[in-house]
Amino acid sequence: MAERDLKGYWKKNLKYLGILLSIWFVVSYGFGILLAPALNEIRIAGFKLGFWFAQQGSIYTFVILIFVYVYLMNKLDNEFNVQED
Amino acid sequence: MDVQTWTYILVGVTFAIYIGIAIWSRAASTSDFYVAGSHVSPLTNGMATAADWMSAASFLSMAGLISFTGYDGSVYLMGWTGGYVLLALLLAPYLRKFGKFTIPDFIGDRYYSNFARTIAVICALIVSFTYVAGQMRGVGLVFSKFLEVNIDIGVLIGMGIVFFYAVLGGMKGITYTQVAQYCVLIFAFMVPAFFISFQLTGNPIPQLGFGSTLADGSGTYLLDKLDQLHTELGFAAYTSGTKSMQDVFFITAALMIGTAGLPHVIVRFFTVPKVKDARISVGYALIFIAILYTTAPAIAVFAKYNLMETVSEEEYTEMPAWFGTWEETGLLAWVDKNDDGIITYAPGEAIEGLPDIQRNTGGEIIRGPFGEVQVNNTITETSNELYVDRDIMVLANPEIANLPAWVAGLVAAGGLAAALSTAAGLLLVISTAVSHDLIKKQIKTDISDKAELLWARISAAGAIVVAGYFGINPPGFVAEVVAIAFGLAAASFFPAIILGIFYKKMNKQGAIAGMIAGLLFTLAYVIFFKIAFPEFNSPEYWWFGISPEGIGTLGMILNLLVAFAVGMIFPEPPEDVQEMVESIRYPN
Repeated sequence: MAERDLKGYWKKNLKYLGILLSIWFVVSYGFGILLAPALNEIRIAGFKLGFWFAQQGSIYTFVILIFVYVYLMNKLDNEFNVQED
Repeated sequence: MDVQTWTYILVGVTFAIYIGIAIWSRAASTSDFYVAGSHVSPLTNGMATAADWMSAASFLSMAGLISFTGYDGSVYLMGWTGGYVLLALLLAPYLRKFGKFTIPDFIGDRYYSNFARTIAVICALIVSFTYVAGQMRGVGLVFSKFLEVNIDIGVLIGMGIVFFYAVLGGMKGITYTQVAQYCVLIFAFMVPAFFISFQLTGNPIPQLGFGSTLADGSGTYLLDKLDQLHTELGFAAYTSGTKSMQDVFFITAALMIGTAGLPHVIVRFFTVPKVKDARISVGYALIFIAILYTTAPAIAVFAKYNLMETVSEEEYTEMPAWFGTWEETGLLAWVDKNDDGIITYAPGEAIEGLPDIQRNTGGEIIRGPFGEVQVNNTITETSNELYVDRDIMVLANPEIANLPAWVAGLVAAGGLAAALSTAAGLLLVISTAVSHDLIKKQIKTDISDKAELLWARISAAGAIVVAGYFGINPPGFVAEVVAIAFGLAAASFFPAIILGIFYKKMNKQGAIAGMIAGLLFTLAYVIFFKIAFPEFNSPEYWWFGISPEGIGTLGMILNLLVAFAVGMIFPEPPEDVQEMVESIRYPN
């Protein structure tokens, strides 16, 4: 098997984790908790925005984040030739 | 047909399905028993994980809990879903690559120490037992409310069913029954939600309905109306809540990290064939979970609105039939403090403790001047006259909204599915911890696969008996401690696993010291406020305003600090361990 750049793979993986987990943090702890009182001034239909993020928006974001991660990692596996079979 | 007949039919049919699946999927080896031979497809595993995860509490109590706490209830919604992001990104793929059977396996191998393995076993047992007792109680509750069966007999029937498919099929049997149970529970949860959303707002999708205007033509948004009802009666507005911001923050974090550290959830990702499958499987699991978790806050709003509109400042004698039915079960109680025959609903407890119904020597219920069920409890000083159990919000929802009888039967079958699926997953963790991590890895290392399988079955059976015992004789503190299971998982497992994967140089001394420090600190804080001195359990005495529910987050931080500090004193882990850590980072 050809020499593989495992360090490069791991570094890029950590970079993806950093970005995705930052979004995870900002949406739930940021929009849903710390900034909720401020966001509650904004309304979408019957929802105050901070309340919506805490009880709906954060959950949708979590689902999207995992699927983005799966997509990025599958691509990364192939790029660095560490995919299974 | 009435509700009870429907319930018997639906519960009977679903139980027959579970037993059928158990016979079809018997386990032939320890690999079958522990991880279903690692042959489960990612979609199937996602569905099974969702059923595994969503317990009697998620199904029966969560919507009610949110109903009575409003915005504060968000901690459960975000906490119990956000952990899956951590699972997908930080744990599942690496643990799948590691490729053994249990969490103590990973901790023991990664930290090259049977002592570390034993601590992990102890943590797994504490977390799983506190959790499983609540599930057995949930099974008993559903039986007693819907089928008028004695609660203890209900627990015994539940034990019998779980015994059958967990002992026979192990993880293999559990996985496929959980898929069936997920279908039952999600159908049972969604059907009433669609009906009620449509009735109240004209929009059948609950997630949109609770942000819509009321269907009564007033043009008022449902949430605005609910906030208005709350403030008029002296409650905090529904959409703003009463907990302090730092407490909400810490509880959410403890629940998220705890979710990612719960052994019965993590072990599900050992059952798929590949690393790639483990990643996508967490995604599927969260979709299946999100369907229920985004509906629950909508149900909470609908139920609270219906309740307030129906009872507040109305004559008791004008109440619909369901009010009387649920009074007789002790989930609802009215004490007419000012003798005006009108129900006053206001902040504060109406009575002390759970309703204790007054009966004469013949066992008949004693009624007050308006025909209300009388209770023996001490009446409180507040003006509130109404006791509402939070479980009623899901259980009584179909009746409150006048839905057909089969819907109520469906809710009973759904509650049982949720409780049984979670109980089975937890029992498996307990049995593997004993047969694999203690017997095979420490006591009798040359044991044959067949003998180990027998031990796994024996420990599963033993665990069911112990869980059933706690279901029938619940220690007073179980309900308090279940929420704490998350804090313990967050403060013990999670940091040790994360460091094990992402920090190659972490040695056994650091990890062990960290786990012990995190576990003891969290336990001590919880025992102090919840069991030893409950009179001090209020924000003025808490450290940094963090409640016992949220203290696991601080326990986790302590775990990390201690692990790094102690780890620096001792030598690096051996070369082969560092190589192992290196190897689990790459799928191939």
